[in-house]
Amino acid sequence: MAQNSQKPVLTLMQGNEAVAAGALAAGCNYFAGYPITPSTEVAEILANELPKRGHTFIQMEDEIASIAAIIGASLAGAKSFTATSGPGFSLMQEGIGFAKITETPCVVVNVQRGGPSTGLPTSPAQGEIMQSRWGSHGDAPAIVLYPDSVKESYALTIRAFNLAEKYRTCVVLLLDEVLGHMREAITIPDASEIQIINRIKPTVPANWYKHYDENQKYLSPLASYGEGYRFHVTGLAHDAQGFPTNKPQEAGAMMERLQKKIVHNIRDLVQIESYKMEDANIAIFAAGIMARSAKAAVKMARAEGLKVGLLRPLTIWPFPDDAVRKMLKNVDYVVVPELNQGQFLHELRRLVKSTTDSKLIGLQRVNGTLITPTEILQKIKDVL
Amino acid sequence: MGKVSQRVVHDFLRHDKKFPHVWCSGCSNGTILGTIIRAIAEQNLDRNNITMVSGIGCSSRMPVYIDLNTLHSLHGRAIAFATGIKTFKPDMKVIVVTGDGDSTAIGGNHLIHAARRNIDMTVIVVNNNIYGMTGGQYSPTTPDDAKATTSPYGNFDRQFDICDLVIGAGATYVARSSAFHTMELQKMIVDAMNHKGFSIIDVISACPVIYGRMNKKGGPPEMMQAMRDNTVLNTATAKLPPEKLEGKTIRGVFKNVQCPEYCEQYAKVVEKIKETSDE
Ligand SMILES: Cc1ncc(C[n+]2csc(CCOP(=O)(O)OP(=O)(O)O)c2C)c(N)n1
Ligand code: SF4
Repeated sequence: MAQNSQKPVLTLMQGNEAVAAGALAAGCNYFAGYPITPSTEVAEILANELPKRGHTFIQMEDEIASIAAIIGASLAGAKSFTATSGPGFSLMQEGIGFAKITETPCVVVNVQRGGPSTGLPTSPAQGEIMQSRWGSHGDAPAIVLYPDSVKESYALTIRAFNLAEKYRTCVVLLLDEVLGHMREAITIPDASEIQIINRIKPTVPANWYKHYDENQKYLSPLASYGEGYRFHVTGLAHDAQGFPTNKPQEAGAMMERLQKKIVHNIRDLVQIESYKMEDANIAIFAAGIMARSAKAAVKMARAEGLKVGLLRPLTIWPFPDDAVRKMLKNVDYVVVPELNQGQFLHELRRLVKSTTDSKLIGLQRVNGTLITPTEILQKIKDVL
Repeated sequence: MGKVSQRVVHDFLRHDKKFPHVWCSGCSNGTILGTIIRAIAEQNLDRNNITMVSGIGCSSRMPVYIDLNTLHSLHGRAIAFATGIKTFKPDMKVIVVTGDGDSTAIGGNHLIHAARRNIDMTVIVVNNNIYGMTGGQYSPTTPDDAKATTSPYGNFDRQFDICDLVIGAGATYVARSSAFHTMELQKMIVDAMNHKGFSIIDVISACPVIYGRMNKKGGPPEMMQAMRDNTVLNTATAKLPPEKLEGKTIRGVFKNVQCPEYCEQYAKVVEKIKETSDE
């Protein structure tokens, strides 16, 4: 595969292939998964590639086992990963919460398909915007990335691993079904140009080690099982050493820590693309494959002299509040095309000043087909 | 106390902040933890190279007290987490502690698949015939007619025989003992840990506070006596007349065979790829 090469290589790849290649480039050395359309290629490629490198691939009995295995492997020191789609993502939710509360790095890719339930297995949908934020029970923040191209699928997979290691959490990468299977040109960079972040390791003697220590903006070192630290990990509320507690001040401190490590680092986490927004009086807010349609719509509108721009989040959680507020201040209307029944629209409403504010124009589709640039342009013309 | 003294147990416990433990007095969990510790100590193993994984339940609270690498995971998922650790670090010794509900109800799928893979780990099932932690609902090992909070008219839901189940699934070391037979159990744990492949011990244990009380089994001593009186070692059954075996639970090692182990098989694949690519 291309990621072994010394020089940048121009090649043609599917989104799912790019995710697998990105994972390997990021240093992934463990994959556990269960087959599901439209993500299966990721597992198939890694089944081929990981053993070649002496790394582990395992097909588990279900997605619950898959998320459990990647968390276990991560605690033993792996950079671990799984890929799934809607039904499997639902099964993984309890495990995702476990990774968050125990602050165990791992990456989950969800190649979205039509839902609910078995839904439309081979059709595009963007139904898990909210599930990726709130899907696991309890209250914990999420880091969720959303690429719009094959090239970006590669880059954001690497970023997902880096953020998982840095913030010690489960990072989710959402992909659109179309992107998973679409082939596009991509230049695989030379390995030396790829920035890799690995978890911080403890340097203190074993009996001083606290794996939930409050240093460095809540980003504390994580030892691996087998390195002599013999630490305890539990999904119960825990103290700085990882031992269970129900003392309000310790449980509260733990929850605050989970929250603060995201909130204090929002600048590092949030990435957005702003396209022709400088003079725009109409904005489109879209992510993933819908941002592709939206960008084409912007070009068509501009050709007709309409001042339309696009704001596209690459990080959808934490939500890019500041950029969105700025956009809302500067434009008359925001059109929000999405393949669900208004999940982004709902989040944007949180940021408009009054609920009667009619700046937000939804454009939704849930029948398994995409919204075309022409349709987005038409919506813009309708509101003008 | 066997070859190794009480001090050993003390030495293996975590002393800062972890006590008092959560178990009711008279519960078998403490006895079983002590036996596990003695079995580990007897082998003089490097503690850094042992990980204990559990699910959720009273029995699954064991890892917090023992000074090893420890993971108190999710209800039913201990074996799946353990599979992640073992397949990434095949040299790690992995022990799973799990309840009857944890391992055979919610976690039944992981149990049979780990047995099928013959992945090298030792599973200790603390089988108290009830969901202790949630206050006494029936489990897949609750006997016929037994009372539980969710079987107030007596249980009619058929039971798993855990040993039969995992033998059917492909486990390569399968044994049963009880919290009364600590010397026997200790030896089984040592043998299981030295067995290359999936090893499992079904440990008959007492939950006097919930199961015992609901089913009029007496207190902790009576329940221990019952473990002694109502069980027979499989090597002794041949000599006993049928009437003496009636209603008895059989203890002993039921299976102990060598089969290809998952991680070794994986390593072979890796080796084969290397050889063919070197050619
Ligand atoms: C997904 C999920 N479902 C239910 C529970 C509630 N729960 C906690 S422990 C338990 C049963 C424990 O019984 P067992 O595994 O036999 O262990 P014991 O407490 O008897 O040692 C249940 C149902 C849970 N924690 N998670
Ligand atoms: S409820 Fe039963 S199993 Fe749980 S600690 Fe008490 S006696 Fe033991």
